[in-house]
Amino acid sequence: MDATSRDFKSNAFDARRDPHLQDALARLGHGFPLKRLEAAARLPEFEALRDRAREIKNHVLDNLDFYLERFEERVTEQGGKVHWCTDAQAAREKILEICRSVDAKTITKSKSMIGEEIAINDFLEEHGVDPIETDLGEYIIQLRREPPSHIIAPAIHLTMGQVEETFRKSHDDLPAERPLDEPRKLLEEARDKLRDKFLGADVGLTGANMLIAETGSNVLVTNEGNADLTYSLPKVHIVIASLEKIVPTLEDATSILRVLARSATGQDMSVYTTFCSGPRRAEDLDGPDEYHVVLLDNGRSELIGSEFHEMLRCIRCGACLNHCPVYRTVGGHAYGWVYSGPMGAVLIPGLIGIDEAGHLPNASTLCGRCESVCPMRIPLPRMLRAWRRRQYRRESSSGPGRLALRAWAWLAQRPALYHLFTNLSIAALGAWGRRRGAFRRLPFAQGWTGSRDFAAPAGDTFMAQWKKGPRGDASGEWLRKRRS
Amino acid sequence: MQEDISQGDHGGDAGGRPRVGLFVTCLVDLMRPSVGFATVELLERAGCRVEVPEAQTCCGQPAFNSGDDADTAAIAKNTIAALEGFDYVVAPSGSCAGMLKMHYPEVFADDPDWHPRATAFAAKVHELTAFLADVMSLQDTPPAFETTATYHDSCSGLRELGIKAAPRRLLGRVAGLTLNEGEEAETCCGFGGLFCVKYSDISTGMVDAKLDDLEKTGADMVLGGDLGCLMNIAGRLRRRGSAMEARHVAEVLAGYTDVPAIAQPPGGGPANEDAS
Repeated sequence: MDATSRDFKSNAFDARRDPHLQDALARLGHGFPLKRLEAAARLPEFEALRDRAREIKNHVLDNLDFYLERFEERVTEQGGKVHWCTDAQAAREKILEICRSVDAKTITKSKSMIGEEIAINDFLEEHGVDPIETDLGEYIIQLRREPPSHIIAPAIHLTMGQVEETFRKSHDDLPAERPLDEPRKLLEEARDKLRDKFLGADVGLTGANMLIAETGSNVLVTNEGNADLTYSLPKVHIVIASLEKIVPTLEDATSILRVLARSATGQDMSVYTTFCSGPRRAEDLDGPDEYHVVLLDNGRSELIGSEFHEMLRCIRCGACLNHCPVYRTVGGHAYGWVYSGPMGAVLIPGLIGIDEAGHLPNASTLCGRCESVCPMRIPLPRMLRAWRRRQYRRESSSGPGRLALRAWAWLAQRPALYHLFTNLSIAALGAWGRRRGAFRRLPFAQGWTGSRDFAAPAGDTFMAQWKKGPRGDASGEWLRKRRS
Repeated sequence: MQEDISQGDHGGDAGGRPRVGLFVTCLVDLMRPSVGFATVELLERAGCRVEVPEAQTCCGQPAFNSGDDADTAAIAKNTIAALEGFDYVVAPSGSCAGMLKMHYPEVFADDPDWHPRATAFAAKVHELTAFLADVMSLQDTPPAFETTATYHDSCSGLRELGIKAAPRRLLGRVAGLTLNEGEEAETCCGFGGLFCVKYSDISTGMVDAKLDDLEKTGADMVLGGDLGCLMNIAGRLRRRGSAMEARHVAEVLAGYTDVPAIAQPPGGGPANEDAS
């Protein structure tokens, strides 16, 4: 998809004035965090599990080549094939090539953020293959030709009424009198449509929540069971995954599963958890004839060893989105690409470039709530700062914001001048505004006073008043003066 | 965050009182000296000898959060040199104390000369309420104050320094003060330093959500430990025409409640008047 991250500010402005979106965000912002807390409270070892999950991924990232090769060996032994793709274009072409090798007309697809990242749907459509999203949320946004607004709840920005409208517009054979005014009825309508697609698909494309080196398996986690119909009914199963999804063993995978759903939705476990290992064996009752894993790098190996290394621990649970006050104010689409929230603000500049996504690491108060809930303990604020540092080094030292900041920093390194200058300006500002307590407008401060009054300084600075008082007794002096 | 009370040199002066260097913070210095004087009074009440080195300025956080490493390091060196000689360094702000305590060592991670100094310095740094409650175990009774208040947990204090119970324990001793907790007490108010002017519209959305939650508590007053957040909250409260007041926790603990609340005129004049 074309990124609109450059337009983050105007995207965010519009999002703030979209009442449907604001309703949805209010529900999400209260619901998911509460459920996560309850789930964590039910599991006394939750914090220890987070440490364990972090250690597993740290170990993997230090030995990534070893585990990826081991994974490939196991997949090959089981009759599957691993395709190494350095970038999005290579991955798209490989998927198309596999589709063409079986003369595929339609493919079913379960939810995959990598699929979004490489914009596989548009590419397949352009080349005559019809991709059908089978996750309900993804199906809805596919009909609307929108990107997901949340990594685990892609259609969270829509109301039921908007979904009904979408179905009525897209499903030609839907009788106008059939009611679609309840979630259940919307689900049934989507299910009716999707059932035939599942049965008719030539290829099933899924993502992977993890890849397991020990067994050559991919792990699929859903609440709808759609991934299971996607991979098991067609003749060909293609897994698309980025290379940091690898974990060493089954036991490691289950450790991470224990923090995944709890962090994401507050469920102890997602409804369906599936381990797929290669194509159908002679003794299997069902399963695909071909099993392909398209392994995507797309810039990730360059993050190894960089200040963004730890971002590769991310398991895409969405907890940082659910808890982010900025995400909860503007929603996912404002970020302008497939990822959003704090993880998106770190990842997107790495994948599409800091020039394109320069706003994202800056549009944060660095409040730290993301890091505090991240199951993999990724230091997201530190990485947002790391992007700012890179930007600072690249940009020329012009622009009014930069100049003001540099002037302040220059002054702060010269205490005597600093105190002289601050006391003079503060005394003047205080004399001007003290009587009314606050300014409604201030020159050069529209960013603040556009929506907030600016508290007037009380008078002389603390340092100036402290100096006036007898040493050690200044507070008493100040108090006497204040109370007289 | 529990502190080891035995840490540091309590024999700072002849009377055995620990010597505390007050890092007043630039916002308190410039905007609200009453918080600085309240802090001095509270530290003295807790048995400390307080000094305010003149060489201090700003902690450097705006430069740090803008990616300006060179200026951050220069400002940090100035702060460390000014304050490292004290038994303790106390700031009436979780955000600035977090900068001194958590980020200065990070700033000098690759500097063999300054890293040990920054680390030793960081060990002496405390946020005011945590210092009073946990290090000095302040036991005396603050002046009574009849009000219903709610507490806003500032992000850096809460998540970098673990400050949650300390201000509540101290406020629990104020006779007449009832504390109603907001459901979203731990949610950011949208200040974020330069964020609130660079992304003003988003910041306004965030502070509005914060105000809605504060007002739901039915409190007359919001208290907090960071002037940045409080100026943001108070400024928006006044713009919305709300009657809720905002104060720094140190002012209530020291009994400085006759000073006008933040962004309010002396003598409780008419709110929301055009002052420009």
